[in-house]
Amino acid sequence: MNKTVVILASICLLIGGLGVSLCVAEETKAPAAPAAAPTAPAATPETPAAPKIDTGDTAWVLMSAALVMLMTPGLAFFYGGLVRRKNVLSILMQCMIILCIISLQWVLVGYSLAFGPDLKGIIGDLSWVGLTGVGDAPNADYAPTIPHSTFMIFQMMFAVITPALILGAFAERMRFSAFCLFSLLWATFIYDPVAHWVWGAGGFLGGKGLGAIDFAGGTVVHINAGMSALACALFLGKRIGFPEKISPPHSMPFAVLGAALLWFGWFGFNAGSALGANGLASNAFVVTHTATAAAGLGWVILDWFYMKRATMLGVITGAVAGLVAITPASGFVTPLGALGVGFGAAFVCWIFVMVIKAKLGYDDSLDAFGVHGIGGMWGALATGLWATKAVNSTGADGLFHGDPMQFARQAGAVGVTMVFAFVGSLILLKVVDMLVGLRVTEHEERVGLDLTQHREAGYTLVD
Amino acid sequence: MKYVIAIIQPDRLEEVLQRLNDKEIHLVTVTSVMGRGRQKGIAEVYRSHKEAGSLLKKVKLEIAVNEAFVQPTIDAIVGGARTGQIGDGKIFVLDLPRVVRIRTGEEGTEAIG
Repeated sequence: MNKTVVILASICLLIGGLGVSLCVAEETKAPAAPAAAPTAPAATPETPAAPKIDTGDTAWVLMSAALVMLMTPGLAFFYGGLVRRKNVLSILMQCMIILCIISLQWVLVGYSLAFGPDLKGIIGDLSWVGLTGVGDAPNADYAPTIPHSTFMIFQMMFAVITPALILGAFAERMRFSAFCLFSLLWATFIYDPVAHWVWGAGGFLGGKGLGAIDFAGGTVVHINAGMSALACALFLGKRIGFPEKISPPHSMPFAVLGAALLWFGWFGFNAGSALGANGLASNAFVVTHTATAAAGLGWVILDWFYMKRATMLGVITGAVAGLVAITPASGFVTPLGALGVGFGAAFVCWIFVMVIKAKLGYDDSLDAFGVHGIGGMWGALATGLWATKAVNSTGADGLFHGDPMQFARQAGAVGVTMVFAFVGSLILLKVVDMLVGLRVTEHEERVGLDLTQHREAGYTLVD
Repeated sequence: MKYVIAIIQPDRLEEVLQRLNDKEIHLVTVTSVMGRGRQKGIAEVYRSHKEAGSLLKKVKLEIAVNEAFVQPTIDAIVGGARTGQIGDGKIFVLDLPRVVRIRTGEEGTEAIG
């Protein structure tokens, strides 16, 4: 186990360090980086004059917020189907309680920390605590055509699902109390700062800083959650009996239902990130669907070729990897670029989950790192390859469209996020472990978390 | 020939199977069952309704063995399933007059293994 920790940690720190140095090099080379690429959520500013609310934009973003909300229960069924019968409720419960906890955290402090007035590019200040001043009037920095509160609730759903993604790594062995505390601390000390760096007005990785582009959250959501998931899997250790004696997914139909809900909700996640009902949203919708279809098919082809059979779990895992990868790219690539992003995601994640992970031997129960971490990194880098200003004039040109430095900027943002999420999560895990204890007892793990943590059972045996 | 039936805690199943395997007892039938003994177990609670004193989830093992394997089978099950708590379960050993292997038509001690 120790060997794995050392290998994985050094690989991550190596990649991260490389990214950081690229990022520093970039800053010293071009101290006055052109402010051509605004942060992701900023829609095309049409008129800098008095912002006017557009009803179509508002309707679409509100609807998108609802779509993204549905992704967390969708994730619950995706993950819930993949665990053993005795732990299904623990997964559903963790997803539902996170919807409650992080929503309140967002209203009380989270939104202000992530999007509030900038403090040195690192974090928002506390002037919007309790949503003070976040009302009907649009905020020109983020979304000039919709109410500020609409932008806030849309972003809330992102803040909710991100810590929920991590739970795939420590499924079936974490105490419920530790889970609640860890998720709250993680949202506050990891998610909110990273969201500010990339999307906040003045954040140091975004448009006015490094210039990395991230349309809908590849860095903030997926790399962030993925690296934290790796930290969790390493810190908590393997489940009892891993890997030989872990039974297969207890309900594949649940997993498929959950993946389908994720796919559906992701249209809100990506197309909603245009923050308007416009051509950019439509492009995001199209490329999201295209990349997902490509990744689902790609994974199945690899399964078929190397494992002899096309598998159900393969389609849905590939589709989710495709959704993850297209997320940062969805506002910047063409449908043909999306094919590259999608097939690439299937290839990279398949190799990692099916080959490399098995060799490393750590227990990331539901491949939160393998799909969200690796898929997220691929997506952020692929954005630096296929992005084109032909799709989004406020975006950037990637390597394949003439600007190799955009790839370096993307790598810089990836590296900074990886190191911060990994190290920060390890610190939080240590704190939570000292306060309440992270892991259930061996007996509780054998009996199952449903009965021991919640006094409920997912299924009855007799009617 | 004997027919060994054991009722054990579900969370001890893996350990028992492992120990049976170690003693080269590979043939076993496993069923999820509900049962009631002296154990109270962990009561489930749904809103205000408490499921107390109801049937508990158990696992039933059924193993047909030749005489020489009776004691090793019992040792393996006791060793794997005993926690010292109420509810560890019971083992029943029954006489087994006849066994037929469907594929070959073999009978008796040849058919059992």
